[in-house]
Amino acid sequence: MSETPLLDQIPDGPWPSFVKEIRKTAELQEKAIAEGKEVKMPGCAKALLKQLERSYKDKKTHWKHGGIVSVVGYGGGVIGRYSDLGEELPEVHHFHTIRVNQPAGWFYTTKALRQFMDVWEKWGSGLLNMHGSTGDFVLLGTRSEYLQPMFEEMMQMDPPFDIGGSGSDLRTPSACMGPALCEFACYDTLQLCYDLTMEYQNELHRPMWPYKFKFKLSGCPNDCVAAKARSDFAIIGTWKDDIQIDRDAVKEYAKFMDIQKEVVDLCPTKCMTWDENRKSLEIDNRNCVRCMHCINKMPKALKPGKVRGATICIGAKAPCVEGAIIGWVAIPFIPADKLFERIKEIVEPLWEWWDDEGKFRERIGEFLWRKGMGQFLRVIGEKADVRMIKHPRTNPFMYFEKKELRPSKIVEELEKRGMRFKSLDREEEEI
Amino acid sequence: MQQKEKPPWWKTDFGPPYFKDLMHPVLKKNYGKWAYHEVIRPGVIKRVAESGDTVYVVRFGTPRLISIYTVRDLCDIADKYCDGYLRWTSRHNVEFILTDESKIDDLIKEVEEKTGFPCGGTWDATSGKYGLSNIIHTQGWVHCHTPAIDASGIVKAVMDELYEYFVEMKLPALCRISLACCANMCGAVHASDISIVGIHRTPPLVDDDAVRRMCELPTTAASCPNAAIKVKAKEKTLEVDGEKCMFCGNCYTMCPGMPLFDPENDGAAILCAGKVSDARHPPELSKVVVPWLPNEPPRWPSVVEAVKKIFLAWANNAKKHERMVEFIERIGWERFFDLAGLEFSWHLIDDFRVPPFMYASYRVGTQFRW
Repeated sequence: MSETPLLDQIPDGPWPSFVKEIRKTAELQEKAIAEGKEVKMPGCAKALLKQLERSYKDKKTHWKHGGIVSVVGYGGGVIGRYSDLGEELPEVHHFHTIRVNQPAGWFYTTKALRQFMDVWEKWGSGLLNMHGSTGDFVLLGTRSEYLQPMFEEMMQMDPPFDIGGSGSDLRTPSACMGPALCEFACYDTLQLCYDLTMEYQNELHRPMWPYKFKFKLSGCPNDCVAAKARSDFAIIGTWKDDIQIDRDAVKEYAKFMDIQKEVVDLCPTKCMTWDENRKSLEIDNRNCVRCMHCINKMPKALKPGKVRGATICIGAKAPCVEGAIIGWVAIPFIPADKLFERIKEIVEPLWEWWDDEGKFRERIGEFLWRKGMGQFLRVIGEKADVRMIKHPRTNPFMYFEKKELRPSKIVEELEKRGMRFKSLDREEEEI
Repeated sequence: MQQKEKPPWWKTDFGPPYFKDLMHPVLKKNYGKWAYHEVIRPGVIKRVAESGDTVYVVRFGTPRLISIYTVRDLCDIADKYCDGYLRWTSRHNVEFILTDESKIDDLIKEVEEKTGFPCGGTWDATSGKYGLSNIIHTQGWVHCHTPAIDASGIVKAVMDELYEYFVEMKLPALCRISLACCANMCGAVHASDISIVGIHRTPPLVDDDAVRRMCELPTTAASCPNAAIKVKAKEKTLEVDGEKCMFCGNCYTMCPGMPLFDPENDGAAILCAGKVSDARHPPELSKVVVPWLPNEPPRWPSVVEAVKKIFLAWANNAKKHERMVEFIERIGWERFFDLAGLEFSWHLIDDFRVPPFMYASYRVGTQFRW
């Protein structure tokens, strides 16, 4: 009788099986031990299967609430995980996670990966997630006392790999493959991701905020890293001038594509016209909202314009606690060559404000709902722009600052009685 | 930990490796100078640079959780075919970059034989033929302490059922499926064409002893979005108002003394019609269409059936390039529930009392379909 009758049913079917991966690890780790290799977590893959089988039977997790574990000098990036079946399955009693900061765009050499696999074979479970949802390269399962030696091995690899973010810190930034492989990239997502990661190493490794903060970078509005839905600060490539058009290439597409039906009719603003006789496509660029549909359809013929940069969308997050948010437009456009400097000018005061006044476990999106866009714009030094909204507000309950009011006897009397008026200025409000 | 004299190689805060140092020379040479791409067959994208250099990106679906021994197998293949370079995508796929078109078949054969990872997961907007992409998902019972459902097991069961759509390109538009094992949602589940979300349905069963040992009472009480938690100062513990609790689990994240697991009542909600891309239709959140389905390990037949009904209602009826949300906006939610064979119940009408959400989904006016 198998020890894992429920898990035995998982490998059925054509999709690759995680159970097969865990079994393969168990088997080959034993072989490695037999060959005399040093393996610090023997038997843990097999024990993991036993624990998982128990979860499948009990219909609940058997991982306990994490404890605090770390490596020297860091506050985040290592997550404590303990089994509630520790006595029965001591091999997985400690089964901590190490988040490793992935290279931007998830590019690897086999040399780098092999070094990693060798040290993880020694110090850990031999299992990993390629990749975690935030983008990190996630090492699954090791003991508290092996965290530090594992990290020290990571420091000495060529190239060395550093730890990623966790808890209330800057989470590991992630980016689409951008200019490395894609013709749609409107700015250098990989370089900016790298620059932001390096600039904010302290914020990434030492949790000190009310909650987490995520940067995600997509090179165009197709948003292959889902930045708009899940990063507090989404940097989405876009452009300001006319779509570049190669008219001969359009004619080539017209030989096999119904351009009227599949391109022009699906344009959200109907800003395109197609002349079937002349095989000519016209774009009213002032009415284009840069949705990417026509460019996706005809990549040889149409390209984003030349005045390129990014839109910043702010506030995206998952449902906990006040409901899911898709980021909204905070800054309609920053030119590509100004992105790094301007983002620094925006996020540093934003973090300071949130750190001072944010509630525990309050993400930037929820914080801004509570504080209002007026004060946000004041903090980041931007003007209100109609591009930030779908439509103006539908209720008349607006705040006015004292300086916007006309001097009057009533205002004087209210002030005399100690009435405080709305102020977008932080210092004034704090007095 | 004891502080020793630091060895010369010691360093902290050195960051990730520089991406260009890990990038194939052809990609470095043509960085930022790509001209166009074509999907030449399912799983294979031809990318042509302005210089005329051409690469073939060959994509394979993985189960996300993989073995170091599988990574070594992938490295052997990348050494043999791709000069020692490979990459992963944002949806748990692994990609090999070939410069020689004639090696595509051998590469695919070798990856499929050695790892069982299928070639596919691509789409071709030009021809309007789309493949299903890999399911983004979380850790579930394999390695998480707050899940209401498993992750990898459900993903496996769903992808086994929809496998043909991954390896072929026969869908009308993009379809992103994702899974989060609780409402914390470590992933873009809330803006997907179809999402599976683990939910709890019972309030925390307060463990007074654990609360006293491990929790800060005011911060735990304050973590509740519905003010359902009261501090019992005299007893040094917490009390939950069952009428106000919405089972989000935020308090459990704060305090191990607030577990809210109930194997019989935890389960999956199914959402649909969200997206993040701006193509045609702006980004939108997914909406709940099935309030709850039970945990049925190891193959979750009810979840698989519900996902398949939603998937096929769309795949069989949508127009070319029409994603789930565009399709449903055209036919109306009334028709969608009929087509998918789903029951509409009171749970699906928003009553979560945060202003931007609740009223925004109510229908105003009298325009609807019979």
